[in-house]
Amino acid sequence: MGKTFAEKLFSNKSGRDVFAGAIVSVEPDYVMSHDNAAAISGTFKKIGVKQIKYPERVVIILDHEIPAPKESSASNHKEIRTFVNEQGIDNFYDVNNGICHQVFTEQGFALPGKLIVGSDSHTTTYGAMGAFSAGIGRSEVAAIWATGELWFSVPETIKIIINGQMSKFISPKDIALYIIGQIGADGGDYKAIEFTGEVVDNMSVADRMVLTNMAAEMGAKNGYVLPDQKTLDYLKGRAKVDFTPIYSDEDANYYKTLTFDISNISASVAKPHTVDNYVPITEVEGIKLDQALIGTCTNGRLEDLRDAAKVLDGKKVKIRTLVIPASWNVYKDAMKEGLLEIFIDAGAIILNPGCGPCLGAHQGVMAPGERTFSTANRNFKGRMGCRDAEIYLGSPASVAASAITGKITNPEGK
Amino acid sequence: MINEFKGKVWKYGDDINTDVIFPGKYTYQKMEPEEMAKYALEDLDPEFVNKVSDGDILVAGKNFGMGSSREQAAIAIKYAGIRVIIAKSFSRIYFRNAINAGMPAIKSPEAVEAIENGEEIVVDMKNGKIITSKGEFVFPPYPKTVMEILENNGLINFIKNKIKNS
Ligand code: SF4
Repeated sequence: MGKTFAEKLFSNKSGRDVFAGAIVSVEPDYVMSHDNAAAISGTFKKIGVKQIKYPERVVIILDHEIPAPKESSASNHKEIRTFVNEQGIDNFYDVNNGICHQVFTEQGFALPGKLIVGSDSHTTTYGAMGAFSAGIGRSEVAAIWATGELWFSVPETIKIIINGQMSKFISPKDIALYIIGQIGADGGDYKAIEFTGEVVDNMSVADRMVLTNMAAEMGAKNGYVLPDQKTLDYLKGRAKVDFTPIYSDEDANYYKTLTFDISNISASVAKPHTVDNYVPITEVEGIKLDQALIGTCTNGRLEDLRDAAKVLDGKKVKIRTLVIPASWNVYKDAMKEGLLEIFIDAGAIILNPGCGPCLGAHQGVMAPGERTFSTANRNFKGRMGCRDAEIYLGSPASVAASAITGKITNPEGK
Repeated sequence: MINEFKGKVWKYGDDINTDVIFPGKYTYQKMEPEEMAKYALEDLDPEFVNKVSDGDILVAGKNFGMGSSREQAAIAIKYAGIRVIIAKSFSRIYFRNAINAGMPAIKSPEAVEAIENGEEIVVDMKNGKIITSKGEFVFPPYPKTVMEILENNGLINFIKNKIKNS
């Protein structure tokens, strides 16, 4: 019988012929953590092992609260730096790099056929490169540091086929929100998702990362796009180690197959306070806003900033508008292209690459009764630091168009 | 061995996400589990931590713990006094975090429908049974690996003991 990508990967890793439902103990190729590495190192020490088993497989990227907004975060960072030195962890990226998922990918750790785990739910992002990547808990990271391995249950797979003609005003974010609206925030619970179809084939690597990033919001264990020439081109001169892509078999057994035609969808919005609270933007046009946020690990890449800059070029924003490039590389490219100048002239605030206001720890926290339109992946109550504030989610073009008017605005025709 | 839990029920609805269980703004503050417990369910039911007692049982609807991978969302609830969570379904990472924290997470949509907020119920781990005022509900036993982790009161102790014994 044929195997899905997930079944093949866990078969390779465990050296056994396994299918969905099996429980295996295997060694991940990379284990990523961020600011939570401080807490993880505490747990690691409690285990009583002195040395990380495979320091070369450990990647730590500081991004959640950078630069440190308060003493406790500064101490956290300090503790991590000390630990990194003690343990001889070479793959350490300090506060001047960017958001973990973007940096991890740019640095060439996200590779086809690899098993990657991380103590962050959007670790699913690396599936855009053909990796199997899943979010895990902090204790689980500590366990891998100590022993090199972890238990997994081999997931069933949902195949999502995206077909149709992508209109000029539609971005991968609109497609992701639309799909989550149809299947629900638990539509992919415990499942592996394979994204395929002509729309995905035609997408750039950056666009595919939006889909696999948002797979976490479907509840999925991982999201996967089969690696093609575009993937290989992106990885050229970037890949940290050799890799062998893994593809699903033609006759693999899928839990279900869902097909979406996105030819006629309009820009998508997720209303507060869940990501599956989907509406076409036309239904919420005119809702008054206090803040706009363009960036995060979902939509902070060069392609996203271009989308936003196109809309903002020569215009002025009416509300507080925050722009966060996902990494310093993206920042620099955006600078070279003149995008940053467009943002500044429009009156936006460019923040340093990092998670910033996305998780409500600092930089752009909201006040009670306020409303933000954001390109992030989550709009839960309290997510941006205030439980009595509202977050709407949309694409970079939608958020940029709305920043100009101060209310939710359809970018189409703008 | 964990055999049986008996406690008062705290019942909540569907799609309870990790941000309302343990707000993001505290996620990167270093805290001991006892301190995390003070913020359990802060944005869902601010009174919860004042009213919950040791040994109580949390009951929730579908997709409990959706969202972030933050482990505190499981640890905070455990240290607030909750011994076991029963839900219609769990988000994947939350399920793992609960098990790895040594707190059983049991999926039983039928039991959740039947259970009333505030009633006292019994969870029989050995026989896979939930005993409520409206009758008994069965759930399938955990796989061996999962049971071992729970019996060691969590993943870290499990590994510690494994290393010690090897
Ligand atoms: S940008 Fe937001 S969603 Fe992405 S890793 Fe940072 S906090 Fe998480």
